[in-house]
Amino acid sequence: MKTIALSWRYLWSRPLNAALNVLLLSLGLASITFLLLVSFQLSRAFDKDLQGIDVVVGAKGSPMQLILCGVFHIDVPTGNIPLKALATLKAHPLVQSVIPISLGDNLRGFRIVGTSHDYIPHYQATLAQGADWNAPMQVVAGATVARKLGLQLGMQFAGSHGLGNGGHLHGDTLYTVVGILAPSDTVLDRLLVTDTASVWKVHEDYSAQTAEDRATMEAEREITLALVQYKTPLAAMSFPRYINTSTQMQAAAPAVEISRLLNMLGVGTDVLRAFAGVLLLTAGLSVFIALWNAVRERRADLALFRMLGATPAKIVSLLLGEALWLGLLSAILGVAGGQGLTLLIGWMLQLDNSLLIGGIAWPSELWLVPLLACGVSLAAALLPALGAYRVSVLELLQDR
Amino acid sequence: MIQTRSLTFNYPGAAPLQFADLDAAQGALVLLSGPSGCGKSTWLALVAALVVPASGTLNVAGQDLTRLQRARADAWRAHAIGFLPQKLHLSSALTVEQNLGMAQWAAAEPEDRTRIHATLNQLGIADLAARKPAQLSGGQAQRVALARAVLLQPKIILADEPTASLDDASAHSALTLLLDTAQRLQATLVIATHDNRVATLIASSARAADCIALKLMQPAQLAQPAQEIRA
Repeated sequence: MKTIALSWRYLWSRPLNAALNVLLLSLGLASITFLLLVSFQLSRAFDKDLQGIDVVVGAKGSPMQLILCGVFHIDVPTGNIPLKALATLKAHPLVQSVIPISLGDNLRGFRIVGTSHDYIPHYQATLAQGADWNAPMQVVAGATVARKLGLQLGMQFAGSHGLGNGGHLHGDTLYTVVGILAPSDTVLDRLLVTDTASVWKVHEDYSAQTAEDRATMEAEREITLALVQYKTPLAAMSFPRYINTSTQMQAAAPAVEISRLLNMLGVGTDVLRAFAGVLLLTAGLSVFIALWNAVRERRADLALFRMLGATPAKIVSLLLGEALWLGLLSAILGVAGGQGLTLLIGWMLQLDNSLLIGGIAWPSELWLVPLLACGVSLAAALLPALGAYRVSVLELLQDR
Repeated sequence: MIQTRSLTFNYPGAAPLQFADLDAAQGALVLLSGPSGCGKSTWLALVAALVVPASGTLNVAGQDLTRLQRARADAWRAHAIGFLPQKLHLSSALTVEQNLGMAQWAAAEPEDRTRIHATLNQLGIADLAARKPAQLSGGQAQRVALARAVLLQPKIILADEPTASLDDASAHSALTLLLDTAQRLQATLVIATHDNRVATLIASSARAADCIALKLMQPAQLAQPAQEIRA
């Protein structure tokens, strides 16, 4: 019989003990897996959605809110900025490109975003069906939106006022689906993208009572915010300050705000990490106690194996084999548990369409988990293994 | 097959143990007796190459144990010595067949189930192969332990108190089985015991004539004349 097979049998000769140890170890490992996955998926989502956006310009208010609203579409706007400002931004010598974003309506909780033709190419998204819009009130649907709402080309729908589900229905002005995007793993997946003019049209049709009203509203047209890309990284030194001091708008740098956000989350993850650490330590201790008792109970059996000709190294390998099995089983269960928990959280977030995490992922850091599992169980096995190494056969002979 | 001369062994802080000389040929029967503390266990450990004598010579199964490298002692023991412990120490997690497999595992031999079944068959317990030790009677368990001891066909069988805690009838059958098995294997059998029934049973058996009695004495009594001890 192979040593590793024997270790397996010995491990399960005390099934309750073995199961409890596997459970304890897996809980700690699952927490660590969960933490690794969430931070991996968050930073991947941040990186993808933030690509090529150097600064976000919008109404004054919380800069983080501006970023969460304008880039990730998980918060409400700080207000609106005049359309005229867009031209000013575009004309600024440090600015490479500007993408306008207008918010205000949703379809069953998915945001309808009025923007320019630059928005979709910005994320290198491609159309799976149909074509880009060429007139107001035509809409290109993100992959997730189309799948969840069953949108098809040519379908017409009315937007609801507001950004959450259940606002007033703009029944008079209907959108038409002209394109559906292929999944891009970016924020576009859960947006309905249309021309900026669509958003004006919907609200002017809805609010304007007379032709005079309409003229006034056209003169005061606004957008919600603008995504700005610099010509040179040096612009980061002066451009935000110029916006913040010389205009009625604010400029928020995503990099700064996201690191601030991660810092705030950091307290939470630190607590979770400490918790996982305590769990792992407890598990390590429990494995230690189990193996220590195993050596004590089986001292005579181990001595007998020596009498049968087993070398001390062989006896030790039997014990380390048990520890390795524990580590391996717990690693498998822990990683599966962590992935499951992430999937669950992702599924829950998906319900309010603010999906940033979810799905099975295997970042390279995750290899740390099985390593940690085997490390903890082997470390716990060291002292018991030493005890097994020193088992004296004379004790067996003198055991009367 | 076992030859000892002026064998001594020292435990730290205790009087040195001195052992009477022995010449036992291949297939001989040795009855090792003496009061507790006289060094029976130590003598067994010496013959099994588990400890090294302080002085004297020790030849077992054609090997000079005083010259055997420690690293090779385990492999040598696995093949030369079959050991039947007083407490049987069958692993409760394993079946009878797997318990015998442990002997092959310990000896770093490939698993050989044919041999395991042949050995079980010879001892009349082939039908117990799949049982766990907890499902065995005392007599069956002892047969399994004996099967484990002789699986690798050792030249020497060391039996430590094989009749302890057995009633007269069981002691008789256990001893008969042990003698028969050793004879079939042509193995030298050493029975370490302080059970007087063993000597009596052997005296009335066919092996009475070739039995060598090796009596060990308390270290403290060595200084005294031999007659007094026997008295």
